[in-house]
Amino acid sequence: MRLFRVMRILRTALRAIRKNPMRTALTMLGIIIGVGAVIAMMEIGTGSSDAIAKTIAKMGANTLLVLPGAATSGGIGFGAGSSMTLTPQDCDAIIRDCPAVKSAAPLVRARGQAVYQDRNWVPMSIYGTTENYLNVRDWTDMAEGEIFTDKDVRNSTKVCIIGQTIARELFQGSSPIGKEMRVLNISFKVVGVLSSKGANMMGMDQDDIILAPWTTIKFRVGASSSTSSSTTSSTTSTTSSPSQLYPNSQTSLYPVPSNTQAADNPQPARFTNVDQIVAAANSTVEIPQAINEITALLRERHRIRNPKDDDFNIRNMTEMTNALSSTTTLMTKLLLAVALISLIVGGVGIMNIMLVSVTERTREIGLRMAVGARAKDILRQFLIEAVVLCLAGGILGIILGCGGSYLITRFLRWPTETSVPAIVASVIVSASVGIVFGYYPAWKASRLDPIEALRYE
Amino acid sequence: MELIELKNICKTYYMGDIDVPVLKGITLSIGKGEFVALMGASGSGKSTLMNILGCLDHPTSGEYWLEQREISKVSADERANLRNHKIGFVFQNFNLLPRTSALENVMMPLSYTHEHVSDSEVKRRAEELMNRVGLGDRMHHEPSELSGGQQQRVAIARALINRPSVLFADEPTGNLDSKTSEEVLAMFKQLNVEEGITVIIVTHDPNVARHTQRQIHIHDGLIANGQTSQGGPQ
Repeated sequence: MRLFRVMRILRTALRAIRKNPMRTALTMLGIIIGVGAVIAMMEIGTGSSDAIAKTIAKMGANTLLVLPGAATSGGIGFGAGSSMTLTPQDCDAIIRDCPAVKSAAPLVRARGQAVYQDRNWVPMSIYGTTENYLNVRDWTDMAEGEIFTDKDVRNSTKVCIIGQTIARELFQGSSPIGKEMRVLNISFKVVGVLSSKGANMMGMDQDDIILAPWTTIKFRVGASSSTSSSTTSSTTSTTSSPSQLYPNSQTSLYPVPSNTQAADNPQPARFTNVDQIVAAANSTVEIPQAINEITALLRERHRIRNPKDDDFNIRNMTEMTNALSSTTTLMTKLLLAVALISLIVGGVGIMNIMLVSVTERTREIGLRMAVGARAKDILRQFLIEAVVLCLAGGILGIILGCGGSYLITRFLRWPTETSVPAIVASVIVSASVGIVFGYYPAWKASRLDPIEALRYE
Repeated sequence: MELIELKNICKTYYMGDIDVPVLKGITLSIGKGEFVALMGASGSGKSTLMNILGCLDHPTSGEYWLEQREISKVSADERANLRNHKIGFVFQNFNLLPRTSALENVMMPLSYTHEHVSDSEVKRRAEELMNRVGLGDRMHHEPSELSGGQQQRVAIARALINRPSVLFADEPTGNLDSKTSEEVLAMFKQLNVEEGITVIIVTHDPNVARHTQRQIHIHDGLIANGQTSQGGPQ
């Protein structure tokens, strides 16, 4: 019963719209352009803000630093990172058990001179790590050569990859691949050169870097945080370890093997710690979740019941993350404002034409009333006409917008991304524009006096 | 049995501070199946009377009984419903919907009928009426493709689609030449005689009024003569 009425009203509306195709097309044009612009803007906008997010993520916004806690001895604090509680196994566990973490890598730092032939240089950073480090930093594209592998890490191979600054300073334009350079007096073969990354937010040159398997840095080069037992490894440590400087600040975790045992066993069981673990969250929004997961995991692994006793700290790039999210929200709001304005303009166009149409069709309205149309029948008819106009315009606009953004991607190579919420919202908004801006003309039509309307010339 | 009974109908328009009385107490009865001409010079109030009779307007005072029901005070929606069910209109300028086929024009009033009439039934009725008015071969023509006489016949078919008890024609031949006028009037007569439909024609033309059984003259908002029925249908 109701359905047949709706169908009939819809048919009447479609007939009225079809009767004046040129005007219908021009009226819809406002909505078509409005919705089309919204869709294209949203798609380009989403694409761009995704690209911006990726760029900022590349700067390290998604990076989390896991540092060991501060060691204290007799009331004297040693500052962040001075306790030796993080292990490479912690890092493996983070990769394995934390779904919000994209990747994680242990880090062992060293500092010293790098020498190639007659040139020398003190790199800003000498890091022992795994190949995951480059995933964490979004730095997997190599300028030349390859990244060292897990096998290199297991075997403590003396290979390294170097940043652009090192390549320039030590090798002066010639390809460093396959060359032997000495880092802290240990000979390393260069297997790869990283692409340029430039300075970080603090203005420090990120290309001034040497990356090597962490086992190599830890056990062969003897990084600053080597444990008491690392002195027994086959290579000679060139730096003095804190255990030598402050013997009583360290408790021996494992029985120190006797010299005979050490001689029998070239690679004795060692408690190895790493200086820090770097991890990357899947996305900016997942950072808090990643922090929670890592915290829970490390507490479990380190058997910590009371959060006060945490022997680690997790740091994120709050400043950068905030910048990122505020950029994205600003962009979205801006687009929303533009969208709203263009839709309002389109709606005013609809209202204008509907008013003209009501005036022009005064006689028709009078006739319809004379043959039995009630005021609300007329109201409904004009309202549905406006809504059908807007919806049709909206759908054409969506096609236009999607097509436009496709062409933009195709020819200008701007990143775009199909935004389903934008499409759904456009349909809803264009229908509501029809209702809002169609209501006044429809109401005017329904208020007409049939006698006056029939006499209207 | 009287189809229409008016008792002391007055209609006054209020133009700002000035009251303009148009109808000053009309008492009138029209029986079922009559063929009546409502006559009067322009400004006499005959159009206003027709608007009230046709339920397009309500009187300022007085009683209007249509088929034994007092309807001078019903709501606008109810009047619309009455127009849809009981009354058919034929206008001087035809008032057909442009760019709409003759058949669809005829079907149009049924889209405002409350009771459900199936699409096929609507079509069947409209086609039957088009055949009745002699336009069976013109159903899918638009008004602009029809002559004046044909357009007026489409309008008559449209007025009859909901089987009204009374047909109002406001100067139905005003825009037609004398030959087609005769045809249209003959059609009214035929409908009146064969179908027993009450027809009320509003006109100022005595040549048109001649075709009817009874003439009611309005002068200055009052009935000059023809107040009572002169014997009903023949």
